[in-house]
Amino acid sequence: MVTKSKKQNKKKDPVLVVVQLSGGNDFLNTVIPFTKGIYYDVRSYVGHKEEEVLPFTNDLAFHPNAESFRELYKQGKMAIIQGIGYENSIRSHFRAMDIWHTCEPNTVATEGWLAKVIRELDPNSVNPLTAISFGKGLPRALAAPGVIATSVDNLDNYGLMTSIEDDVQRMANLDVFSRMYTPKDEWMGDRHESGVVMNYLANTGSGVLTGADMLKDVPRKYKSSVEYADNSIAKALRDVVRVHTANLGTRIFYTQHGGYDHHAQEMPAHDRLMGELSQGITDFLTDLEEHNASDEIVMLVFTEFGRRMRDNGSGTDHGSGGGAFIIGNRVKGGLYSEYPSIEPSEWLNGEDLKHTFDYRGVYGTLLEQHMGLDPTEIVLGNYEQLNPFK
Amino acid sequence: MATEKSLIAHLYRRAGFGTTPEMLEKLSKKDYDSIVDDLVDIEKFEELPDEDVLSRYYPQLSSCDNFGLDNVKWFYRMLNSKKPFQEKMTLFWHHVFATGWTKSEQGPSIIDHIAMLRKNCLSNLRVLLSELSADPAMIFWLDNCENHGENINENFGRELLELFSMGIGNYTEDDIKEASRAFTGWTFEQPMPLYPYGHFKSHFIYDENDHDEGKKKFLGQEGNFNGGDIIEIIVKTEACANFISRHIYNFFVADEPQIPAWSIEPPQDQEAMKILVHTFLDSDADIKEVMRVLFKSDFFKNSRFKRVKCPAEFIASTLKLTTELGPKDIRLGKLHGLSAVMGQTLLDPPTVEGWHTGKEWIDGGSLTERINYAVDLISDMNNTGSKDLVERIVASKSELSSEELVKKILENIGELEVSDQTHEQLLEIASEGPSVGNGKDSKEIRQKIIRLYTLLVSSPEFQLA
Repeated sequence: MVTKSKKQNKKKDPVLVVVQLSGGNDFLNTVIPFTKGIYYDVRSYVGHKEEEVLPFTNDLAFHPNAESFRELYKQGKMAIIQGIGYENSIRSHFRAMDIWHTCEPNTVATEGWLAKVIRELDPNSVNPLTAISFGKGLPRALAAPGVIATSVDNLDNYGLMTSIEDDVQRMANLDVFSRMYTPKDEWMGDRHESGVVMNYLANTGSGVLTGADMLKDVPRKYKSSVEYADNSIAKALRDVVRVHTANLGTRIFYTQHGGYDHHAQEMPAHDRLMGELSQGITDFLTDLEEHNASDEIVMLVFTEFGRRMRDNGSGTDHGSGGGAFIIGNRVKGGLYSEYPSIEPSEWLNGEDLKHTFDYRGVYGTLLEQHMGLDPTEIVLGNYEQLNPFK
Repeated sequence: MATEKSLIAHLYRRAGFGTTPEMLEKLSKKDYDSIVDDLVDIEKFEELPDEDVLSRYYPQLSSCDNFGLDNVKWFYRMLNSKKPFQEKMTLFWHHVFATGWTKSEQGPSIIDHIAMLRKNCLSNLRVLLSELSADPAMIFWLDNCENHGENINENFGRELLELFSMGIGNYTEDDIKEASRAFTGWTFEQPMPLYPYGHFKSHFIYDENDHDEGKKKFLGQEGNFNGGDIIEIIVKTEACANFISRHIYNFFVADEPQIPAWSIEPPQDQEAMKILVHTFLDSDADIKEVMRVLFKSDFFKNSRFKRVKCPAEFIASTLKLTTELGPKDIRLGKLHGLSAVMGQTLLDPPTVEGWHTGKEWIDGGSLTERINYAVDLISDMNNTGSKDLVERIVASKSELSSEELVKKILENIGELEVSDQTHEQLLEIASEGPSVGNGKDSKEIRQKIIRLYTLLVSSPEFQLA
């Protein structure tokens, strides 16, 4: 067994795990410039005390609940990209998330960046599990015409017509199902959008049929000594390990951690999320190690925008210049790009952190240096990359 | 060419939550336009007896820390109300003014919020927007309680313009700030403290001491504006007429691209939009008039199956077709969780932007849930509706050819129209096994009929409304 898994190790394909922090994570309270007086001035309500934060360099500290992050950083497994964003940062959640998902800040695009990656990895849609999103609904990053990505809400009961007890009847029905859900070119010629919708439905239905068949044994096969906490991000990350260790050819996993839109009452809410996120990621990495399945995995943690410098007395409003993390065994831990200047004279629009690194360069870094793909067509241009890998 | 009956089925899918074959038979004795009037003039019909009776049957859901029961009550209303259009319209506004329990120190206020939408669902838009701005759930959701005369919080001001009335590109960042100033002092009475008492409702108050009395400049007009003045300026703009009309088109006629694309992609049917916008402006924002014109228009009649059902519509219409659901039915209690796994937790949209609609309702996970749910319901002969669907076929006096059998099955499922491909598959099943009709009845005949229904509700077309 040992030799076999070692052999597999050499040939293992790189895998990307994306964690989306929805709502706009407050970077200033995640990686805190705790030695700067201005931090305490602008964050008199929504700020952490100097004695509570968790320093990891001479002038930066993690959120008090993110001890697990400090540990990861010490182990050299976490690259912090400071000040990620794009020009003319948008403050609408909806539009901002679209921009991150499509790499297109100026027009509305229909193709998600990861959907284009799926197309590269599996041009003939042979494996519907090439990309899996855990949670409710498929993020736009994974959506594009003709591309199949699988969305799993409950891994333990995934499949079609599962209530039909007679197996012969069920299989016969699934056979008819596969014929009803065969995409047809002529539908695309429909004068109306509905042809596109029919094809989309057909593609999705066929994908479910194949994917469900592949996933049905996964929960039974997985065993682990890691006990995850009972929250959505921990559950999703555990599902990533369950499927990844089943070796079904999945190259992209997508998960979401919601609730970061803290206009009001930020302190208790953000505290809880930071604890859930950092502990969840650590448990995830431990679990992967236990399965000897961590070397091929790199994780990206991102959010749609940072928040305003000055708090509003209870929370913080939408801003720009947030941060992202790249985490994994093959990551060269450390600080990347520059922390946005927190000097008031350099605030964007007089109230925001100005980004110092284009997010498309981060995507490009992951695609080219980790996934081995040419990012130009995917991120729609050539952007400066980082060197965060060993 | 669509038959009168198929148009009525279409109308009820859009303005209500579907039909049963029996309902459709009764309705088709009237003419289409008077059915529209009956749906739209909701005051002609009596209120549903208080759904509070449900609280007795679902004590596990009756907690002031849980909104599941209220979700269940809403489904009960969708299925049993004598004014289905009122529930549909309420659902529409819930999509547009997406407000959620998640941010919920004043959690139970969301129940009043939905009741407010229901009460005003066909009011003039200025009334609805005023009520919305004075709604404690909304005030807390978008932090207007933190919007002070001295220190504005622009969250509500921004979304009022961007998401609730005009759409991006029709105002400036300064307009947002000025609108926010006008809504300072619109707050709520502090309810009982959350700890240790739990969640309690709150009530709107206007705190004039916290209101910014200064002069404001909004959309080119100047004055000492309060919130009501801002709404009055908004509802008179063409941008507002366009934005609300497009929302109505998107929800009741045919799927449009997602909202962020609206400032860039023109509406798919310019002529239809002209009619809606014109009616909106002419009637000075009378929503009821806009809806009446819409349902009687040709573009509406030609839009059959051009929308993907949202999960609430999918669940309610499938239930309506297959079973009665009285207040004691334990299956009601499961609808809250069910709609959540299909991607739509009523009373708790993911963000203020609401749900992504159209084909974005569908992904591998949600499609699986939808199909499995419909299959379970229609194949279970304990369900009165499902049983009736089978009996109607068995009772056919003459022998049915495969074509006739499939035709009848489609008619019974709300006059569903399917692609050649799906039709071919159904025909193949219809031609197998025993022949149907002519007074014949057997276990095999019934199994074959059930199988046809099962496959039909698994079809891609059944996902459409």
